Amino acid sequence: MKRQAKFAVVAIMFTVLAMLAGAGRLKADDGKGGGPAVDVKIDNFSFTPQTITVAAGTTVTWTNRDDIPHTVVSNDGVFKSKVRDTDEKFTYTFTKAGTYDYFCSVHPKMTGKVIVQ
Amino acid sequence: MTDRKSGFIDQKLQDLNRDGIDRRGFLECMAWVGTGLIWTVSGGIPVSRAFAKTHEQTVNKGAELTFAQISDSHMGFNKPANPDVAATLQAAVAKINGLATPPEFLLHTGDISHLSKPEQFDNVDQILKSASAKDVFFVPGEHDVLDDDGKSYLERYGKNAQGAGWYSFDKKGVHFIGLVNVMNLKSGGLGSLGHEQLEWMEKDVKHLKSSTPIVVFAHIPLWSVYPEWGWGTEDSAQALAYLKKFGSVTVLNGHIHQTMQKVEGNVTFHTAMSTAFPQPAPGKADSPGPMKVPAEQLRSVLGISDVNYVRGTHSLAVVDSSLG
Repeated sequence: MKRQAKFAVVAIMFTVLAMLAGAGRLKADDGKGGGPAVDVKIDNFSFTPQTITVAAGTTVTWTNRDDIPHTVVSNDGVFKSKVRDTDEKFTYTFTKAGTYDYFCSVHPKMTGKVIVQ
Repeated sequence: MTDRKSGFIDQKLQDLNRDGIDRRGFLECMAWVGTGLIWTVSGGIPVSRAFAKTHEQTVNKGAELTFAQISDSHMGFNKPANPDVAATLQAAVAKINGLATPPEFLLHTGDISHLSKPEQFDNVDQILKSASAKDVFFVPGEHDVLDDDGKSYLERYGKNAQGAGWYSFDKKGVHFIGLVNVMNLKSGGLGSLGHEQLEWMEKDVKHLKSSTPIVVFAHIPLWSVYPEWGWGTEDSAQALAYLKKFGSVTVLNGHIHQTMQKVEGNVTFHTAMSTAFPQPAPGKADSPGPMKVPAEQLRSVLGISDVNYVRGTHSLAVVDSSLG
């Protein structure tokens, strides 16, 4: 029973996280055996979802779906991807709570936000 | 002031009246798409023609200076909009070489490469070697300064440049200023020249006579074409303020892969076509991504219509004409 309850708590936590992440897809595992993972699409010169809210320890993966290269660069220099061409990815694991504003340094009108709780 | 022979359109881009540098009030623009531009300076007045409209008999024999502008070759781009950007750059060079009046030099207004890779720069350099004009003056686009803050660009193209790659030179009495507005872009912002470059520019033009024709070239438009897509430069007004005393200022840009023109007082703004792929007109698509056209139509789309500025009419005449 105890184990089931634990699972229920975890399941609820994941559901909440998924809701917080909006359209961001939640995966149980980031492939590195670490914490939860969330995807952000780069499409049509925008980050989707533009704002995500995740738990500390979450790995976020950005995938460029455009025909044009983009970057993922935090405004205050916390993370900075190399240029990402079509279908290339950038991942970053957020360990500290806080609000992380980021943009594409090639097309600075493209902005996004990660809120880490 | 428009000459038209056998379907050619020359474009007088400068108001000859010089009736006051504060005169404003007309700014109309229209896009056309093509492969490149030929510029002629005659009596201090730059004149442009779309390559596609240039034939043997349209030579401006009185020209003091002729040069060509190419832009946005995006070497390395290989997506459906244009899987062979080398071929279309070669076609642009062939157009240049076919001009009755050979241009004395070329301006490349940036996005030479698609991903700042050495082999992409190499490829462009190789293709441009076949141009009859041997001198090519570059400014970087944002695609040329990816990942290394422009270091490899500067090593290759910036030998005579200052800062991030800006410089000036004189040709037959015309003062050319190459500016860099693709570095250190800020979140949510537009193209940026920065304080250091602006200071340099102020000094650069200070000693010049006001009768000196000025040509400024930079990648991102130095006027507000469509800020929603980042098509503008946040501190361009300061740069233009330094040019107020000059009777003839021509600003040549790329970046938006379509031709647009605006005349404001003594300043004519002009954006060039790409040699690689067209982009949508401002706001006419979800994003400024490459505009896809069927392969067989690519070159015919490159060069759909021309725009003429006719002195005195305060409006631009648009003539549609397919290349193919």
